[in-house]
Amino acid sequence: MLQLSVNKRRSDAHRGPALTDLRRGEAGVLDRLDLPEEDARRLMELGFLPGSRITAALSAPGGDPRVFEVDGSEVALRRETAARLKLRFEPGSPGMVPNP
Amino acid sequence: MSLCAGCPSAGAPAAPPASPLRTVALVGPPNSGKSTLFNKLTGLRQKVGNFPGVTVERHTGQVFFPDGRAVTLIDLPGVYSLSPRSEDEQVTRDVLTGALPDTPGPDAILLILDSTNLARQLMLAAPILSLRIPTLVVLNMADDLRGRGGSLDLEALAAQLGAPVALVSARQGEGLEPLFEFLRNSAGAPQPRELPVLQEIPKCRQWAGRVSHRSGYHPPAPPLWTRRLDALFLHPVAGPLTFLGVVLLVFQLLFTAAAPLMDGIRFLVAASGRWVEAVLPASPLRSLLIEGVWGGVGSVLVFLPQILLLFLFIGVLEDSGYLARAALIADRTMARFGLQGKSFIPLLSAYACAVPAILSTRTIENKRDRVATILIAPFMTCSARLPVYTLIIAAFLPNRPLAGAFLGTRAAALLGLYALGFGAAVATARILKSSVLKSERTPFMLEMPSYRWPTFQSLGLRLLDRAKVFLRRAGTVILAVTVGLWALAHLPLQEGKAPPIEQSLAGTLGRTIEPAIRPLGFNWKIGIGLVTSLAAREVIVGTLGTIYGMEGDAHSQSLQQSLQKDLTPGAAVALLIFFAFAMQCISTIAVVRRETGGWRWPAIQFSYMTALAFLGAFLANHLV
Repeated sequence: MLQLSVNKRRSDAHRGPALTDLRRGEAGVLDRLDLPEEDARRLMELGFLPGSRITAALSAPGGDPRVFEVDGSEVALRRETAARLKLRFEPGSPGMVPNP
Repeated sequence: MSLCAGCPSAGAPAAPPASPLRTVALVGPPNSGKSTLFNKLTGLRQKVGNFPGVTVERHTGQVFFPDGRAVTLIDLPGVYSLSPRSEDEQVTRDVLTGALPDTPGPDAILLILDSTNLARQLMLAAPILSLRIPTLVVLNMADDLRGRGGSLDLEALAAQLGAPVALVSARQGEGLEPLFEFLRNSAGAPQPRELPVLQEIPKCRQWAGRVSHRSGYHPPAPPLWTRRLDALFLHPVAGPLTFLGVVLLVFQLLFTAAAPLMDGIRFLVAASGRWVEAVLPASPLRSLLIEGVWGGVGSVLVFLPQILLLFLFIGVLEDSGYLARAALIADRTMARFGLQGKSFIPLLSAYACAVPAILSTRTIENKRDRVATILIAPFMTCSARLPVYTLIIAAFLPNRPLAGAFLGTRAAALLGLYALGFGAAVATARILKSSVLKSERTPFMLEMPSYRWPTFQSLGLRLLDRAKVFLRRAGTVILAVTVGLWALAHLPLQEGKAPPIEQSLAGTLGRTIEPAIRPLGFNWKIGIGLVTSLAAREVIVGTLGTIYGMEGDAHSQSLQQSLQKDLTPGAAVALLIFFAFAMQCISTIAVVRRETGGWRWPAIQFSYMTALAFLGAFLANHLV
């Protein structure tokens, strides 16, 4: 029911959609972590693995930081970090899907 | 379902093992209920210290068996993996591999995992099992798993992992027998069916997923109550309001609810002091006991109720899971100062006393954020500054209404001093975080645990532990310093008696530093006060009382009049600013040293704050 128009949203347009493009309740499939190796590994240990499905949940007032549901737990990330977690996006089959 | 699979034969007469377990380590991810289990197993038989050379806390405790044997449990910091990136992970790894000099490598491991999210939690099992140390896998939160309709086949999981598995609820104390059984008899080294390549996190996750799938793991339904409570606590409007309410309540209770208890301790200290005074003949020893020990340590002991109350609040907030939400809400504001959400509670606590505030920075995992928070906490206007502020303001500022009946000039001045301290803290935080403590760009990540009821045992043990830490310090460092200061004020003896304070060592010291403090508008009497107030800020009130030969009391008219004669208005403002900025507190210095693991930070902090105090007071004395 949630039709997404990714390009209109705030995102690093040249690098594709990121976690920050998910509105509350929307889910996406993580493609890659544009972060230094160490930081990426830390997030991966928390469940942010490429291919995993991530749902945006509630946030602090103003939308930053936001809680993400990932691999059975809830983890809050700041916008600056979430913006570097890129979502899988294939033309015709958007990686972002509404949460069932 | 059986509560333990592959456990050493429960019920069968336990043959004494060839080499009985001596040390067993508890390992698990954060929020897996590890500490609750540790408390349940060891109760009061535990000790808290630091691992050598690092700031990571070491909790050890004993489990005794009927035959008199004891096993030592080590509660390790919560970690997601053993790759040594943080201090916590390094310590955990070093303890498990026996690389720490003072801590023998464990004979066995209790691996604590949250059974409500088994697939991800099992990722930690891979590096643990590959250590080949006998391991009991403890699946915690059995009550939650059951309540939300999850289940698994323990036998199958034990077979997959090649290690015994127990399903327990640490909070309820349910299913713990297999743990005692394991501690008594141990087991062989784990024989897992397969292990992933540990360096590859996706491989580890796939392995964990496979293991939990083959163990018939049915994940439980999402935590309904947590979702409901979050809808309130993280609501765009109700969330911040609740947060504000919690903050105000904590702040209010710290001062109001603690007050009668503090009065009680003050009364006990005074009454016991009078008793000692009555029992002992007049002698230097009596003077030392009354003025040195009772006066110095007593004035610090008074803060015990406030400290315990604060830790009770923090304990409830942390154990219930609300602290993570509060940190989330506060994060944006704190980010403006270069800090993060978790710095909020310690800074709030510092308004009561910097000592518990600094101890409570342990919830901040990021080392640099933690040090920055420790460094700025003493700028917050703690309750020990109040008697000093009250005395000076009352002596120099007539109380006139400023804004109707609500705000008088004196209250406004006090508020101004609170703002001054806060401003200095914020400015310092910005300077620190944009220079020496610039974050190593570790992204902010904060796991939101499910809400749970705090247990009385965990809260009680935490309070007991904090009380012990505080009393030990009051009984050692603070006692030594106050006795030293007493000696300064009572030596050299003149005809076998203590000299008038002007001629004592403290007096000499006051005169010696007079040239340094004259630009601030202070004379040598204030100088003595500055020296003695190193023990604790409010001590200056008593000292000035002694010097001026009057009752040391902030409300004493005569002391106020004497000060009016000795200080210009500019110097009075300078004194207020000096106390707002200076780190006049031995307890704080001692606790910073302990928490940062060396003298470097407390030395920098003391110099910086004193320099700032001098500068501020100098400017005030010349501009006002």
